[in-house]
Amino acid sequence: MSAPDGPILFHLGASHHTTPLALREKLALPPERVDELHSRLSPAGPAELVVLNTCNRVELYGVAAAPADLAALEAAFCSVTGISAEEFAAIRAHQTGAGAIRHLVAVAAGLESQLLGENEIFGQVKDAYAGAQASGRAGPVLNRVFQKAFQAAKHIRTHTALNEGQVSVANVAVELAATIFGELSAARVLLLGAGDIGEKTAKAFRSRGAAALTVANRTPERAFALAKSLDATALPFEHFARHLGDYDIIVGSTAAPDAVVRAADVIAARTRRRALPWLFLDLALPRDIEPEVAGLDNIYLYNLDDLAKIAAQNLAAREAEVARARALAAEKADALWRQIVSRHGG
Amino acid sequence: MPPITDRTWLWLAAACYLAGAALGTLSLLRERRHSRAVMYFILAAGYAFQTFGLYLRGVAVKGCPLGNTFELVQFTAWSAATLYLVVGPAFRLSLLGYGTALLSAGLSVTALLVPAWDAAKRIHIFGGNAWIELHAALALFSYGVFGLLALVAGMYWIRDHGLRSKQVGGAYVFLPSIRDLDQIGLRLLAAGVALLAASLAVGSVWWLREPSTVNLVKLLATVGVFVAYSLALALRLTRRLVGRRWAVACALLFVAALLSIVPVDSSRHASPAAATPEVASR
Repeated sequence: MSAPDGPILFHLGASHHTTPLALREKLALPPERVDELHSRLSPAGPAELVVLNTCNRVELYGVAAAPADLAALEAAFCSVTGISAEEFAAIRAHQTGAGAIRHLVAVAAGLESQLLGENEIFGQVKDAYAGAQASGRAGPVLNRVFQKAFQAAKHIRTHTALNEGQVSVANVAVELAATIFGELSAARVLLLGAGDIGEKTAKAFRSRGAAALTVANRTPERAFALAKSLDATALPFEHFARHLGDYDIIVGSTAAPDAVVRAADVIAARTRRRALPWLFLDLALPRDIEPEVAGLDNIYLYNLDDLAKIAAQNLAAREAEVARARALAAEKADALWRQIVSRHGG
Repeated sequence: MPPITDRTWLWLAAACYLAGAALGTLSLLRERRHSRAVMYFILAAGYAFQTFGLYLRGVAVKGCPLGNTFELVQFTAWSAATLYLVVGPAFRLSLLGYGTALLSAGLSVTALLVPAWDAAKRIHIFGGNAWIELHAALALFSYGVFGLLALVAGMYWIRDHGLRSKQVGGAYVFLPSIRDLDQIGLRLLAAGVALLAASLAVGSVWWLREPSTVNLVKLLATVGVFVAYSLALALRLTRRLVGRRWAVACALLFVAALLSIVPVDSSRHASPAAATPEVASR
């Protein structure tokens, strides 16, 4: 499979490790470019080919009959993406045989992700493989390699803490809400401000099942626009203090120079909540919520620093698992490589 | 080889509960989730041994085995395990099995290690009156419910403390959410009060018929526990006792309820009306 005169199992591509965002944009291979790549290769090029295209990586996994096919693929790739061979040579990652499988397993397990241990990549690799299957580009070798790589990635995720704990502020905020309210489907969320971090947090709440989202912003147009994009409702900013008690989770993300949620308003609104637990997430700088709120019974207040610290702790916990996860990936990949060699020859 | 007695079975039960407690503790220390099925099986095994041990004791004392402090504490541990095995899976509350194992192990082992609590076995203490037997069993069962409530309250306190001190990682991830703990705690509190009310209702029929048999210390202690828990329930329902104060109150009330067992049992020994034949402990 990797002998100079035999078929070569390979991985070729570039990722966030070596390639800046601007260049990654150039390298992207959306479906129409993949078709173009195939048409340029035909009838030469690899016998099997899977194209993995995400915002952090463009990778080609394949089986080439000879080194010349690999060179043809590289030339076609540069031609389709419009970058020079020298430019690509400076950023490219290329491995063959067991190394290629190790890389695939590591990618699918989230070990190579920008956000270490993230889950989305697993689905993206699956989609890439499904696309190759649908177009008849995945043959007996890649079928086995990808299916076994998925099993290995699942094994790594299950047997290490690589994807435990959230590592982004928005997801940490949502996880925190779940530790207080359990299922978030019944939780009512009020988003103060329509900035970037508030929007990300609102989207994270929505993805975890929060059904009742309300947006209040000083500029009503922005509140309405964000509410529309989130399928939420908008509330006039000047009225939010009167309605505080209606919400279980208050997310502060305005650009106001002073606190917009005052302890006095919270104390007044507590009567309506009948002492139910209440979560305040202050994602603004300067802070949106007066710190005195934290001293009240059954109220939990987290600011940006608190959430960032939890995210950092979770990330550190994930990083501590990297060596173990890589060892598992290598073990699984090497075993698979031995199977491939014995079945398809070396 | 020593003879196999009811205490042998109760030791086996305690060993199972201890095994459950050890499994839970090790899992927590390693920050790994233990299997709920394994915990359930261990508790079920302990429960089976304890049920058989208490059955043998019941046969020996010719009635529900509630004749001395040892039996009362064993019965409370058995009640907590019963409740967990029946409703625990429905609650789907992580660590509840571990907590039950800790509670039942603590109560069972303590009872077995204090010889004075089982120095004398009193036979036929209910005089063949099934209603009095039901009254006592219901009261003790409610103590088991209050034991589980204290566990849930303890978990609530730890979760709340973690959230306030911004600690949500490590072993904290295994704790249930504040809302789940609050709702299950309320259900347990209501169930415990209902059981104790039923026990007092059954007992009061007998007391009204035979006022001379009523032991004042026992009456005051039992009614005191009932009033305290009822008050806690009323305050909780009107949301005037919530959060950390609710958790602390539930834990303290259970300690008080447990401590009330000792004077209640001692007063029965002293009461001429309740005098019953005693047999030497094995």
